[in-house]
Formats: sequence, C-alpha cells, structure tokens
Amino acid sequence: MSEQLKVPTMAEFMAQGKQPEVLFWVGCAGSFDDRAKKITKAFVKLLNSANVEFAVLGTEESCTGDPAKRSGNEFLFQMQAVTNIEVMNAYEIKKIVTACPHCFNTLKNEYPGLGGNYEVVHHTQFLKDLLNEGRLTVEGGQFKGKRITFHDPCYLGRANNVYEAPRDLIRKLDAELVEMKSCKSRGLCCGAGGAQMFKEPEQGNKDINIERTEQALETKPQIIAAGCPFCNTMMTDGVKGKEREGDVAVMDIAELIANAQDL
Amino acid sequence: MNYLSNIIFAISLIIGIGYFTRNVKKLWRNIKLGQDKDVSDNKSQRWKNMAMIALGQSKMVKRPVAGFFHIVVYVGFIIINIEVLEIIIDGLFGTHRVFSSMGTVYGFLISSFEVLAALVFVAVVVFWIRRNIIKLKRFMSAEMKGWPKNDGNFILYFEMVLMTLFLVMNATDATFQNAELYSGNIISQYLAPLFDGFSETSLHIVERTAWWIHILGILVFLNYLYFSKHLHILLAFPNTFYGNLNPKGQFSNNEAVTKEVMLMMDPDADPFAAPAEDENEETPAKFGASDVQDLSWVNLLNAYTCTECGRCTSECPANQTGKKLSPRKIMMDTRDRLEEVGKNIDANKGEFKDDGKQLLNDYITKEELWACTSCNACTEACPISIDPLNIIMEMRRYLVMEESAAPMELNNMMTNIENNGAPWPYNQMDRLNWKDD
Repeated sequence: MSEQLKVPTMAEFMAQGKQPEVLFWVGCAGSFDDRAKKITKAFVKLLNSANVEFAVLGTEESCTGDPAKRSGNEFLFQMQAVTNIEVMNAYEIKKIVTACPHCFNTLKNEYPGLGGNYEVVHHTQFLKDLLNEGRLTVEGGQFKGKRITFHDPCYLGRANNVYEAPRDLIRKLDAELVEMKSCKSRGLCCGAGGAQMFKEPEQGNKDINIERTEQALETKPQIIAAGCPFCNTMMTDGVKGKEREGDVAVMDIAELIANAQDL
Repeated sequence: MNYLSNIIFAISLIIGIGYFTRNVKKLWRNIKLGQDKDVSDNKSQRWKNMAMIALGQSKMVKRPVAGFFHIVVYVGFIIINIEVLEIIIDGLFGTHRVFSSMGTVYGFLISSFEVLAALVFVAVVVFWIRRNIIKLKRFMSAEMKGWPKNDGNFILYFEMVLMTLFLVMNATDATFQNAELYSGNIISQYLAPLFDGFSETSLHIVERTAWWIHILGILVFLNYLYFSKHLHILLAFPNTFYGNLNPKGQFSNNEAVTKEVMLMMDPDADPFAAPAEDENEETPAKFGASDVQDLSWVNLLNAYTCTECGRCTSECPANQTGKKLSPRKIMMDTRDRLEEVGKNIDANKGEFKDDGKQLLNDYITKEELWACTSCNACTEACPISIDPLNIIMEMRRYLVMEESAAPMELNNMMTNIENNGAPWPYNQMDRLNWKDD
C-alpha cells in the first residue's frame, strides 16, 4: 500500500470530544470478505481524498441483523438492532453512510421502530453529493468510452427506489452506460438476497446468478458495475462460470471512481 | 297474468342479489379471521393509490399488450353496465327501453355501448387466444392446471356470450332498429340482416330470449365471482387502498418480540420476578404464521383479490430458474386454505374445528419458502398491490422461531451472528483489520 489509509474510529473522535460528519458503517462483508474489503478501501480512499471527517465503529460494530431477519429470526435481528442502536445512540450518531444495500435498508427502515433514528445514505448517494458539492472531482480516465452495465441491487433499487445515484456516477466517468433488458424496478435479483447468500439454492434448473450474468453479458459490457458486496460476489462467480473473467470485470461503483482518479 | 314476467324478474333479481350479498358477508367474515393490522394511516395517499392503480390501471400498462386489452374490457364492462339500470327498470315495470324518450342522447349512449361491446368481444377473444393458442408461459405453470385454467376460460366465455346477447337483443329489436333518429344501432345494424327471414313474432321471441338470458347471465356472473379468481373486479379497489405504503425493503418489526427484547435489555428488570397475576392474561403470542388465521387480514384480502395473472411468478428469480416457489401459488394456496377454513366454520356452527391441516406443509412447502430471495420482484410486478413476500416472511418466522426449522446453513449463519456479530465465523475484534491488510 503506497499510502496509509486514515480510518479513525468513533472512540477516537469521542476521546477528542469531536463529532464526525458521518459514520461509515462498514458491514460484515466490507469488514471480512476479501473481495468486499477492496470496495471498503476504495471508498475510504475517496473519503480521504475529499477530506470527509468520517469515523467507523470498528470493533464496536456488529451485524445489523439483516440476514437473521430475512431468515425469519426476528429475535436475533432485534437483539442485534437494539445493541447496535445503544452503541450508536451513545455516540449521538446523526448520519450513516454504508456501501452495503442490506445494511442501508435495515438501518434506514427497520431501526427507527426500535429507537434508532439516523439519516442513512448509500455510498453511491454520498459520493454523488460529494461531487455535487465540488469536494470530489471525477474524470473519465481509464473508463472513458468503456461499456459499463449497472446491476441494480434489490435492496437499493426496488426496496428503496434508489436508481439514479449509481448511474449518475457511471455517466460522470464518460463511460457508455448500457442497460440490461431487465433493469431498475424490473432488475433481476443476483440470487443472494433473503439470506440466500449463506445457503445452497433449492433444486432448480439454473442458478440465479448465472441467469443474471447472462443478462448482463447480453449488453456486451467491459465492466459489470455493482453497488452491493453480495451482488458483487454473485456476479463475479457468474462471470467466472461463463469463463469471461478475462474480458469482463465486476467492479463496485466506489472502485470505478477511485480507479478513475488513480487513487 | 300480465304481471307474471315482472314478478319472475323481481324474484330473479332478489335471488341473484341476495345470494351474492350472502357470499360477500361470508367473504368479509373469512377475511376478518386474519390478525388485526392498523392501516388507518395516510388516508390521502391511500385514496391516491386506489385512484391511480385500481381505477387508473397504472400498473397494468407496464405490459402494454395485456394492459391495453385489459383497459378495453375494464372500461367496456363498467360503461356497458349502465345499460343494466335500464334493463332492471324495464324488467320491474314492464316498460320497454324506458330511457329511449331521451332521443338522440339515448342513441348516442346505446351506440357507444355497442361499440364497446364489440371491442370487449375482440379483447376477450385475444385473451382466450393468449391462454389457449399462444399458451403464454405464465398461464401454463403447474398451479394453473385444472380449475384455475377452466376458471380463466369460463370468465372469457361468460363475457363473450354476454356481449353477443347484448348485440343480438338490439339487432332483433325491430322498433329500435327502425327508429333511425336514434342511430344507436351502430354495430347491431350489421347483425340485423342475419334475422331477415324471421317473422315478426319469432323476431320478437329472439329479442325477448336474448334480453332475458342477458340479464339472467349478468346475475349468474355476479354470483360466479365469489367462486372465482374474478373477484378482483371488486376487491382490487380496497386492496390497492390497503396496500403497503412503506419502502418495499422495510419488513415489519414483530411487536411481541420487541417486548421480550426490551425486557432482556432492561437493567432494572428482575429476572426472577413471578409473572403478574392476571385473570385476563393473554396467551403468549405465536410468532409468525403456520395457518391463515395467523396472517393479517390484509394478507387474506390479498389472497381473495389475486386474479392469478402470474406477473409475479414470471418476474420471480427463483421461479425463472426452475425452483418450486411461485408467488402466485402462495396467494392461491392462502385463498384455498382460507376457503377451506371458512367451510369448516360453516359446517361446525360458526366455530372452527381442528381439521389436522394447515397452510404450512399441507399447502405451502418449506422448499418454496426457503427459495425466496426477498427481492420484491413479485410485489413490484403485481398490478393491484398484492404482497406475497409478506406471507413468505411470516411463514419463515414461524419456521425459525416456533419450530427452529431453518436450513442447517442458515442456522450456522445465525449462530455466527449470535456469537461473533457477523454471519461468518470471524472474531468481532478483527473487524477493523482490513485497514492494515
């Protein structure tokens, strides 16, 4: 690593008697999954370069409870939620950004009912705001003219009606944004949602991620862009399954922007 | 004797409407077997949704071909039914075309009904071809075999016959055809020549027969609704009104669980305290749903409203890749089980006798429930705001919280969350290690 990432924790901010602008909720995938950790780092590089005063919870962060809730384990979900809310309320958190649409959805929609009221944004929305405010600049760089298709994460798109922020960012790269035949509100799931990520699929005639990857490959993309660590895994596996990893890359929007800036 | 037909008409009307009312009451009772759900919020948005989605058909046109023909049938059916008012007055009071004194206005009205009747006929034929000749995939799924397939076709035949009778009844009405100032026979004038050779008497008999079968057919069709998927023509309105207004990703937080969790988190709670003596103590809440009575009444209203169009199933990623899950089947199973429970209640003097069956396993299998990715494609696709996902989640809650019957891998995942705050077995203390990797 050429330069050290600045990743202050909430505890450190607290010790200095300061409040960060925003809490970066890293999430389990972003913390532990090797592929997703790269997305986390790319996003942190962008936050550092835009001089955003952010903090992470670090070892005080715990699973939001999303996969437990979607599995039907309301007890475990609420235990996780209430514990996380105690930590965040103690730090007087106002605004949260996360690169995981599942964390995003749960924090934004399901925590308020349990006493956790925060402004929650997805990292693509946050990056777009940074660009609009002029705190971050983006030039096409290596992605100029590249064919990029965006796979809508269900928990960002249909679940929360965020369709444009990630697309606006891709357009900023001067890339050619190509849409799959089922996109936005009709986008096909990657197959990971509803806790499917953690189990084998039921008997069928195809895996969902293969179906979705085929739809993506129909657009003849050079890059399949994702906005969710789980979609990323599923689409990456799909591309490998189709033996196209040589000419098609699966990348998170944060990685696209960071790479365009040579960060 | 002169009043015989008036009396027969009045009796038919009373029986037709009376039996329908009886069934609507039964329907309402069955829906109320569901759990309470507060939907009194945000009235203005709810009215707006009903106006846009049900009345305005805004989601039907997402699929333009079906949407277009559906609007033809919908508009046609509503407007042509204005004519039923005249038929009822004529039938009760022995008049003939009582509104015809309106002259050209009447002519204009009837001519527009005739045009619509012809359009409805064409649209219904198109629907029949889509189901029976083209065999669109979504009408061919496993759950559409037998009664559901016949039901769909019966409805189409009903509509074809009713539209034909309406036109024939006009075509064979000599006074109506000859009263040129009305110009109401815009379509039926081309049918009239078919009856050229008929004597005045037999023409009159054909006209009367068509008139009678038409109105009796409408009454029969009205009563067919309760036994059919076609109830959506009525229930689509309340269903869109009571539809979900929250973001689709927001799943409800179970209140009974919240109570328990808050108690566990409360440092002042006495863990050894005996439960308060209370005569009216409620039975402990059952978590999730294993049968229709555990679902909310909105879920049950959804089930009766579903017209089995299959848009949900055709968008479902699990179904597209050959898994057993079909959101449409979830709704049909819920309705069929609810009907079974309703009949059980009728047979046992108003009380449900355990029949050893339930929605879970006897209708909906675990395999179907665990195949769902909770992606909301089904709820997005439904043209009338039905939510199969909510039923799936309630049933998963039952499986996990009452039966501990999650697939093994999911149990491992949940154990990890419990032990180390992540779905994988990594130490929570390592959560920030990525920054130095």
